Amino acid sequence: MPDLSSNTGGIRSPNPFWLASAPPANSGGQVQRAFDAGWGGAVWKTLGQPIQNVSSRFGAHSVAGAKAIGFNNIELITDRSLETNFREIYDTKKKYPKHAVIVSLMVETRDEWRDIIKRSVDTGADGLELNFGCPHGMCERGMGSAVGQEPKVNQEITSWAVEYSSIPVLVKLTPNVSDIVPHGLAAKRGGAHGVSLINTIKSIISVDIDRFVPEPRVGGLSTNGGYCGQAVKPIAMHMLAALARDERFRLPISGIGGISNWRDAVEFILLGSSSVQVCTEVMLRGFRVVEDMIEGLEEYMRTHGFSTLESMVGRAVPSYSEWGNLDLNYETIAKIDPALCIGCNKCMIACEDGAHQCIHPNPTGARVPVVDESECVGCNLCQIVCPVEGCISMVEVDNGFAPSSWNQFVEEGRVLRPKKGAH
Amino acid sequence: MVSTPLDPDRAESVFADFKGEYTREQATLEASRCLYCSDPPCVKACPTHIDIPQFIRKIATGNLKGSARTIFDANILGMSCARVCPVETLCVGDCVYNLLHVPPIQIGKLQRYATDRAYAEQWRFFEAGADTGKTVALLGAGPASLACAHELRRRGHGCTVYEKRPVVGGLNSTGVAPYKMKADRAADEVDWVLGIGGVEVVTGVEVGEQVSFQELEARHDAVFLGMGLGPDTRLRVPGEELPGVHGAVDFIEEMKLTKMNLAGVKHAVVVGGGNTALDAVREAKGLGVGHVVMLYRGDEAAMSGYAHEWAAAKVEGVRAEWRAVAVGFEAGADGRVAGVLCQRLDEKRQPIAGATFTLPAELVLVAIGQSKLGAMVQSLTGIEVAGGRVVTDERGATGRKGYFAGGDCRNGGKEVVNAAAEGKAAAQAIHAYLTGGL
Repeated sequence: MPDLSSNTGGIRSPNPFWLASAPPANSGGQVQRAFDAGWGGAVWKTLGQPIQNVSSRFGAHSVAGAKAIGFNNIELITDRSLETNFREIYDTKKKYPKHAVIVSLMVETRDEWRDIIKRSVDTGADGLELNFGCPHGMCERGMGSAVGQEPKVNQEITSWAVEYSSIPVLVKLTPNVSDIVPHGLAAKRGGAHGVSLINTIKSIISVDIDRFVPEPRVGGLSTNGGYCGQAVKPIAMHMLAALARDERFRLPISGIGGISNWRDAVEFILLGSSSVQVCTEVMLRGFRVVEDMIEGLEEYMRTHGFSTLESMVGRAVPSYSEWGNLDLNYETIAKIDPALCIGCNKCMIACEDGAHQCIHPNPTGARVPVVDESECVGCNLCQIVCPVEGCISMVEVDNGFAPSSWNQFVEEGRVLRPKKGAH
Repeated sequence: MVSTPLDPDRAESVFADFKGEYTREQATLEASRCLYCSDPPCVKACPTHIDIPQFIRKIATGNLKGSARTIFDANILGMSCARVCPVETLCVGDCVYNLLHVPPIQIGKLQRYATDRAYAEQWRFFEAGADTGKTVALLGAGPASLACAHELRRRGHGCTVYEKRPVVGGLNSTGVAPYKMKADRAADEVDWVLGIGGVEVVTGVEVGEQVSFQELEARHDAVFLGMGLGPDTRLRVPGEELPGVHGAVDFIEEMKLTKMNLAGVKHAVVVGGGNTALDAVREAKGLGVGHVVMLYRGDEAAMSGYAHEWAAAKVEGVRAEWRAVAVGFEAGADGRVAGVLCQRLDEKRQPIAGATFTLPAELVLVAIGQSKLGAMVQSLTGIEVAGGRVVTDERGATGRKGYFAGGDCRNGGKEVVNAAAEGKAAAQAIHAYLTGGL
């Protein structure tokens, strides 16, 4: 039985699945129900000076047949009193001593930080998360991503928090920067025990094309919100891996961004997450989604012989490299399995209009198109559009050329194979 | 409005749609499943070659007007075809999802969704072309002539439709199974198609009777033969004249256009194994007849009717007597038909001596085919008639200059979509002829 228990900078939880700091972790009732459903931890909805929210707060990016693959919000931090929140955190921690409860914080002055951290620690919480990421509303007041975008400010406030806190401190980073690494390093210099990433991405989710107003609409106006949900996963994973592979960083990471099932979680863990945080999937489908996440992760670990989560964390990081190190002589071509092909011609039109014009109608009139292997560049597009699993394989070709990356070509003068499809 | 007012209490009114209409959510979800294949089998399977992936994608994106335009541009009868096409053997039957053993896209229901919306919103997509001064006579006001006339009007040619009945729309009005489409919807389509303007419809006039072909030739520049099929074929067995014994096509027309009294009918026998027979058994069931038997000379595999229709009939409780023919009808005390004398056949369809039986029946529908009308044009020099069908080239031109044909009188009795395709193709041939290209 694989051990799913997780440790992120000293914050321990029975499994790596945490509720992210967001509406699902807004109250004791919710967090306790989430723990009952199987969640291993929860980052409480950010505490600070209680705010007033607008009406109409969420928007969704839906494609036909798939609702809300992307999601955004213009909601702010907690609108409940600090007393209520602290009392519920205390109650929750008391009832669930083995689960991780992390308090997310966002205030302005050093005194405010000192005060709110003391009160948070007094609840018995397992850790703090500094919200340096919120990209809407709070940043206009000098908090959230306004902090996360300035490494000096990030480092300074982190150092205050670490000074005042007797429990681990995670810094939640904003993706609204050109390079995540300096911001992770700033948190490290401030003494953080780990980071969480990503917070939401600045976005306009959609426009009401009849009213000429972006959404979510508040009367006749809207504003940019924070983008999240399945669609942001690739962006989040890049930022995660960029920090995870940086020799100077080497801090635990709690991964966030579009995680909706156990596969997503596995990918985040392989790219360096010690725990994973989920919000949108819970908002759309409820706490019960965790059951499949736990089962799927367990079975994956069993299949791949990982007995502990720790042995799995970052397993794919060494294979994330620079383009210049990729082997230009590695060659694949598409092969279509005629027994599986249903004749939809999606590969043919995709190759013809969108790639390298090397898939053609079968000269015999049979429904299976043919690949001109002398022209196929191995781009994967046909395999991506094919609706039949296993029908198109990208097959390795032994072209007789020794491996050579661009860097090796430039530095050592290695030989490159002739280009294909470049006419 | 050229169509005849219909009795709201006509017998067909009791039928509900066999395939219901989609809600917006259902249509969007189903449309989103479409793989958007390129050059796909569904389009090849459609006689009018509607760009199916394109119209379905437009439903998925909410571009319903564009979706309807795509459909009607290929097939102006897209609304009725959406309802009456045997999609199971055409587009849906060839959907690539079948090869994955995944339910195929419900193309007919999606087409109905888009075309119904076009009718409801009264979107019009096509205008008559500039007047060419040429006119065309079209015989019969069924799907073939309607499709032909619409295409001719897009090219600016004048059209006069000669229809011998008072009802316009052909079998769409008088013959389609009411659980697919009722006569009032067929009338809507006639109005929709003729809305392009410039089509004169003359009802109650049979060419060859009230007006001669010579007169037609004098009045018009070309003639389109779209008169369909003739009356039901008779069995020619004793007792066929008894009250209660009907030709199926006659009976169906009566059901679709008028009230009907089937009081006292507990048993019905339908003779035949084609699609008219399958419609008739399901219609008899739907009209409330408790025991309905299809009497067919071959076995189930030999039946020319569609397997999916027979499957539905079985679900509705219809029984079959395979390898048997009606050899006579018995009268009851009231002088109406009361039973069908049947003869069992062997595998070679030869009578088995002594193997006879009687089926009770207060209603008998004979669905063994319709006569062909080729004879009415056989006297015209140059026109070839084979097996009762008018012979043409692939575009619909007959051997007589200026004469074209399409629909059931040409193909011997196929689907509405075939008539639509042939009518449109013939219009293109007529246009070439009228403008000197043929």
